[in-house]
Amino acid sequence: MKLKTMAILLAALAGTFAATAKPVQLLNVSYDPTREFYVEFNAAFAKFWKARTGDDVTVKQSHGGSGKQARSVLDGLQADVVTLALSGDIDVLHDNAKLIPRDWQTRLPNNSSPYTSTIVFLVRKGNPKGIKDWDDLVRAGVSVVTPNPKTSGGARWNYLAAWEFARRKYGSEDKAKDFVAHIFKNVAVLDTGARGSTTTFVQRDIGDVLISWENEAFLALKEFGKDRFEIVMPPVSILAEPPVTIVDRVVKKKGTEVVAKAYLEFLYSDTGQEIAARNFYRPRNEAVATKYASTFAKVQLFTIDEAFGGWAKAHQAHFADGGSFDQIYVK
Amino acid sequence: MAGIASSLTEKQGSARGGTPRVIRNPLWVRVLFMTIAFVFVAFFLVLPLSAVFGEALRKGLRVYLASFNDPDALSAIKLTLLTALCAVPANLVFGIAASWCIAKFDFRGKALLTTLIDLPFAVSPVISGLIYVLVFGLQGWLGPYLGAGDHPWFGEWFNQQDIKIIFAVPGIVLATMFVTFPFVARELIPLMQAQGSDEEYAALTLGASGWQMFWRVTLPNIKWGLFYGVILCNARAMGEFGAVSVVSGHIRGETNTMPLHIEILYNEYNFVAAFAVSSLLALLALVTLVLKSLIEWQHARTRKDAASA
Amino acid sequence: MSVVRQRSVLPGFGLSLGFTVTYLSLIVLIPLAAAFIRTAEMSWGDFVQAVASPRVLASYRLSFGVSLLAALVNAFFGFIVAWVLVRYSFPGRKIVDALVDLPFALPTAVAGIALTAIYAKNGWVGQWAEPMWSGFLAWLTGVMPSVDWKKLLGAQIAFDRPGVFIALTFIGLPFVVRTLQPVLEELEPELEEAAASLGANRWQTMTRVIFPELLPPLITGFALAFARAVGEYGSVVFIAGNRPMHSEITPLLIITKLEQYDVRGATAIAVVMLVTSFILLFLINLLQKWSRRHHRI
Repeated sequence: MKLKTMAILLAALAGTFAATAKPVQLLNVSYDPTREFYVEFNAAFAKFWKARTGDDVTVKQSHGGSGKQARSVLDGLQADVVTLALSGDIDVLHDNAKLIPRDWQTRLPNNSSPYTSTIVFLVRKGNPKGIKDWDDLVRAGVSVVTPNPKTSGGARWNYLAAWEFARRKYGSEDKAKDFVAHIFKNVAVLDTGARGSTTTFVQRDIGDVLISWENEAFLALKEFGKDRFEIVMPPVSILAEPPVTIVDRVVKKKGTEVVAKAYLEFLYSDTGQEIAARNFYRPRNEAVATKYASTFAKVQLFTIDEAFGGWAKAHQAHFADGGSFDQIYVK
Repeated sequence: MAGIASSLTEKQGSARGGTPRVIRNPLWVRVLFMTIAFVFVAFFLVLPLSAVFGEALRKGLRVYLASFNDPDALSAIKLTLLTALCAVPANLVFGIAASWCIAKFDFRGKALLTTLIDLPFAVSPVISGLIYVLVFGLQGWLGPYLGAGDHPWFGEWFNQQDIKIIFAVPGIVLATMFVTFPFVARELIPLMQAQGSDEEYAALTLGASGWQMFWRVTLPNIKWGLFYGVILCNARAMGEFGAVSVVSGHIRGETNTMPLHIEILYNEYNFVAAFAVSSLLALLALVTLVLKSLIEWQHARTRKDAASA
Repeated sequence: MSVVRQRSVLPGFGLSLGFTVTYLSLIVLIPLAAAFIRTAEMSWGDFVQAVASPRVLASYRLSFGVSLLAALVNAFFGFIVAWVLVRYSFPGRKIVDALVDLPFALPTAVAGIALTAIYAKNGWVGQWAEPMWSGFLAWLTGVMPSVDWKKLLGAQIAFDRPGVFIALTFIGLPFVVRTLQPVLEELEPELEEAAASLGANRWQTMTRVIFPELLPPLITGFALAFARAVGEYGSVVFIAGNRPMHSEITPLLIITKLEQYDVRGATAIAVVMLVTSFILLFLINLLQKWSRRHHRI
């Protein structure tokens, strides 16, 4: 009898212990195209963290345009980690509010970008306009869809990829500007975000070619059918590196530094890299990359640092008020 | 007093009844007006509405209903209802007060006050959200004091309170209040002005107190305008997208209202669910209509009862 | 109460005015002041550059021009819809009545998506309206070849200027109907009967008796529809095509500035729009006040 009571007491105690495993909540503030990826990744991380520490962790997600998300964090959105489209949007967290240290990008491997992507063309099935390379976008009668570089992070990669292609091929900044201006003459619709452009191209039947993130293009194929669209990989494109970081001020206040760091490191783990590759992001991990080599076409990719000297410079020259994008429209 | 009230409703009743022959428009005018109205309504209202329901029901009723059985959708619906529940009554009280002083009194600066009340309509929704960020944001006026950071001027207590305004429910309510601010007032002002104050004077002369006059004379007179104002205010409060989007922070299952949730669903290529949730908002218009009919019917019945008694 | 010009025996002036002003200040004026103060931090040169660059100027022309057009169209058709709803009884009247609120009930983004789906060249209406539009433009060019109609009116319906017009008409529609409706319902038939018995024909009654009564709410509805259209963002960006210098609305440029972390530039454009709308609304309210006094005498 006494033994039985003891057993019940012990069981109850064990139960209390299990209950005291603290539930942790993280907020990951990210940009638009990563939703599907992080839904899968967050579940995997929760499992991993439970196995390692016994704690329950739920990761709340917030998605929106990259710049808008950065602004929300600046204005007080309590993000433990930010995973945005380009490093320029994370730099402002240091420059404008000192939420993170200046050297944030050196804290994790590969410029803090656990996965990469690039810019490709999505065309209609059979490629009726024969679009193969950036040059084809300026041909008369080719209608192009891209988001607005002023409001979309993805569109900035599009713009810079086209610019660098032309500069390499035609040899000068002026000719590159002329080339990009010609592309934008062919642009039928400038949506405010990458998803908006995909919908315009796919659902509304507007345009012959959509300039798009590689992962977005793959997702469009998956959602809307390989029988309607195909992906064209230009021979040269840009290496898009969407970076991640913890937000130091927030995790210190909330006491979530350890789990937030582990969350980001898990992105580099084999599991994390697999999930990224399955969601059409190019993995950094060699082994995973080899496994998915058939998915991702080999192309010549240049980085923004080698072509433009980093985001700050590229932004100033092209997307700030009065930059090259404004100039090609206001002549 | 009671005599005044009943004679008033009597008069209103006759105004609402059949239109005398002498003041009917000729048949061709009626046909023309109705045709124009129908074509306009068909193109600008019926078509968009059918598009919404068509898309929502594209994959059948079961998929349509399944869209609501999702914790994120439910939390969005709850948040939207809560927001409307806070914003609409506040603007209702304001609307009555504002229209009372503007319609019944003459004072310096009246046109200015009226215009200031209209102002939120003229503010781009994006800016409506942004101004609250400018006030309550971490970079704003009050944000640093609201426990969002570690402001040196205030003690530990303040920093630990962690009062959240923006990127939380209060911010969403505030932005919604701003956007729907003028609706009730704007509906009541022209109505009260058209009615004049004679009936109120009569009530006062007969010895009614201020509140009695308000409840028995003013309120019954303005109730339809008030009702339209509340309907509009409510519809807009639930449907507001731009302003709320700026102050929400878009945290799934936490600070997403229905319109924001719809945007997310749409961006996830989940078109059926997106339009299903939208159709719920569209149904709102129909529900309020049923409400209006019910009130009218109830009103007619009580009048009949009063007459037969 | 020294501000009251004529003594009124009605109670509650102080209470209602005090409450109105307090609430107005807390919810509207103080937060709006934040925008003005942000803008005041700019130098004059920066301000001018932010609010008067060619792209911004082009967007004002589009936003204000199309909003005006949409509000006029709404005033005309809204008047007829309100009249039909109040005066005529026909099957389905209640349904039409309910539908009027739809533009408010639908989130602007949904409205934009739905309108685009309908008016795009593969949509229900777009597939036959698009060729008609091209024919219309060709006809206009034939009549007046000196004007580049394609550029002025837009070469297609969705993703061009007509799309902006459709979206802005849609979102402004309830204002005119709903401001006219209660006044129309309260309009006493005795007035019309009197006019008729004094020998006025129906046209005279309409223009001399009814219309003057309805003019103030009509103007109010027009002004509100206009003000709302100028600031509209959510529904327009889906259907406008957003091409700089051509179909880019001003609120989009505000977003653009915000994306550059240029809060001051964004509030500067907002302040310009705000002041312009304020002046317009103020003039309309003055006009109304004046016409009411004039009318009463």
